[in-house]
Amino acid sequence: MSKMTYSVPIGPVHPSLKEPMTFNFKIYGEHIEEVCLAPGDNHRGIEFMGMQRNPVQIIYLAERICGICSASHPFAFCKAVENAAGIEVPERGQYIRVIIAELERIHSHILWAGVAAHELGFDSVLYLSWKAREVVLDTLEILSGNRINYGIFMIGGVRRDISTEQVSAIRKTINYYREVYGKIEDIFLNDPTIALRTKKVGILTEEDALRLCAVGPTARASGIKKDVRQDQPYSAYADLKVKAITPDVFTGEVNGDVYDRIVVRLLELVQSLEIIEQCLDNLPSGEIVAEKKLVKLLNQLKRVKGRGVGRHEAPRGECIHSVKLEEAETPEVWKARAPTYNNLMTWVPMLLGQQIADIPIVIASIDPCIACMDRVTILNKDTGQKNVLTKKDLHELSVQKTRRITP
Amino acid sequence: MTATSLFVIIGKIMGAIIIAFLGVVIGLFYKGIDRKLAARMQARVGPPIRQPFLDFFKLMIKENIVPQNAVPWIFNGAPILSLVTSITILFYLPVGNIPPLLSGYGDIILIIYLLTLPAVGMIIGGFVSGSPYASVGAQREMVMMMSYELPLVTTVIALGWKLSQVYPQSNVFSLATMNAHPIWESVGPFGFIGAILLFFALAIVTPGELSKIPFDAPEAETELAGGLLVEYSGRNLALFELTDAVKMIVMTSLTVILFFPYNIAHLFALNGVFAFIIDSLFFFVKLVLVMFFEVTFIRVAAARLKIDQVSYAYWVPISLIGLLGLTFIVLDTIIV
Repeated sequence: MSKMTYSVPIGPVHPSLKEPMTFNFKIYGEHIEEVCLAPGDNHRGIEFMGMQRNPVQIIYLAERICGICSASHPFAFCKAVENAAGIEVPERGQYIRVIIAELERIHSHILWAGVAAHELGFDSVLYLSWKAREVVLDTLEILSGNRINYGIFMIGGVRRDISTEQVSAIRKTINYYREVYGKIEDIFLNDPTIALRTKKVGILTEEDALRLCAVGPTARASGIKKDVRQDQPYSAYADLKVKAITPDVFTGEVNGDVYDRIVVRLLELVQSLEIIEQCLDNLPSGEIVAEKKLVKLLNQLKRVKGRGVGRHEAPRGECIHSVKLEEAETPEVWKARAPTYNNLMTWVPMLLGQQIADIPIVIASIDPCIACMDRVTILNKDTGQKNVLTKKDLHELSVQKTRRITP
Repeated sequence: MTATSLFVIIGKIMGAIIIAFLGVVIGLFYKGIDRKLAARMQARVGPPIRQPFLDFFKLMIKENIVPQNAVPWIFNGAPILSLVTSITILFYLPVGNIPPLLSGYGDIILIIYLLTLPAVGMIIGGFVSGSPYASVGAQREMVMMMSYELPLVTTVIALGWKLSQVYPQSNVFSLATMNAHPIWESVGPFGFIGAILLFFALAIVTPGELSKIPFDAPEAETELAGGLLVEYSGRNLALFELTDAVKMIVMTSLTVILFFPYNIAHLFALNGVFAFIIDSLFFFVKLVLVMFFEVTFIRVAAARLKIDQVSYAYWVPISLIGLLGLTFIVLDTIIV
């Protein structure tokens, strides 16, 4: 007997999605039989805009790719340009970068915890965790003057130093989180209703995670010890010996379900606190930026010819920026690859066979950032319709381009 | 027809209008209290207590959209069916010392039937909306109805049966009788435990009946974007809001009448009109307390359950608790 399925569209606008993205589900009863993802609703052409600007201007554009990753994208971009131009960042600048990046991780993970609770219908936890998040936002404001778009990264270092008062403000924040962490952990890991909704839900096996190139907490929750900070230490992380966190540290086993992804993110919160503390303890003195004069820096970058790649472990996973400088004011190529792009396809094995009720929490469980991920949309100029390119089409296009550019 | 009976009929009609009006106003007011209390528990300021009234008036002036796929007359009729049936239950509820308007014309069994009708109205409305979200919501509401009915009926039957043993002459299923004889006074130690279990079962059925977290799968904001109500807007949505408010009054009143029908007027040696006023006020205070523990407190302290979990929870643990309560009540009668 053939199953009578019906289709349920979720998105582009839906209460469970924080950003526009379309899902088409084939449902049988309450069970998901087929998942079809259709991204492309949030493309803003940021890379194209960047290629009309000079590298220093791009930093601010990169910051605005997404509101939550506003340290990750400039971090990766600055590293890419430094890589291309061979600029060495002073040690103090490297430490300040890491402090900001880890504070961002704390704010991102607490924000995610609140959103996940909201998707489960547990609004009290949303309000309580977002109240706790205010403290780290205030700290970031003390450090950078802004709660979200910090404007602190600069090619060759950072724009603002951390003073002694600011150091004590950060320490106060760390102590605050040490205090509230027990409460947050208790709510998320011991609450029976949350356990009912998250255990054995949205399972991503280690095999699938490897096959689909999952990154960040999504991959780590499936038992893959993958973390840029551990695998290819950069900046101050090289001095700190960061270890990738997998859920078996806490629960003793790896299931790869939503519960494990909560565990990983909560443990990373503690890890970030430790990293910041170590950075503050060992904060070296000296310059914070390699070249203070912007005009000189821009002139230097104008003479660079070459490619550079920058990688950073964003709260959601590995973020890669690649630039190609061709002795011009603007970069020839700027490409950003956000972690959600990798994690996107993990939704399919996670969602298949689950219930409709699991859709919001499973979608939220990879902490998707559609604004980061939507880097390309193909439109038909004449009809204004969106096209979907298959692997075969893409291959054909690249063959055409290779023929065009090779004489 | 004599003049007196005509007078009685007119009196009943006037009473019905007054009760319907009061039920709606008090229901909306309680909804405001519920929202305020929930907000305070979630470390928020929360909306003003008159917010449900503002929402209602705003919805009334909004456009009433009927989707293209819907069947208009059923789509518009469903909210009216829900509201009318839920208000009808109000006519059977005694308030403090005041006997119900329609006492003698129906009993708690009728109320249980009437309680399903607002949900049926919502299901019909959901199915004719022609939206996949609403259809899924309607399916879930049906499953919910089938799930919570058994513990609800068990509770009522157990109490009625016990009263029939103690007061064989009276009409035991009439709410007036239940209101006059609190269960706690007619049972021994076994029955006391049984009554506590039954109270617990009813307390868990209440949020399910009212579609509140953790049993709000049919509406599930983040999953189904409002589920059953997703296509409703304007006047129709306002009517569903009223239904929700009235249902809240009905369910909390039911708990109060079945388990806490005590009055306080005699403590102050009051009688006549003052006794009525004091007892009615005390009744409404009890409603707030019951609402706080059965609805507000539970909904801020839990995540939404999936429909299979809801159904399991009602069919297995809650039903067992209800049946256990019934057994204890029976044991109490046999042994004593």
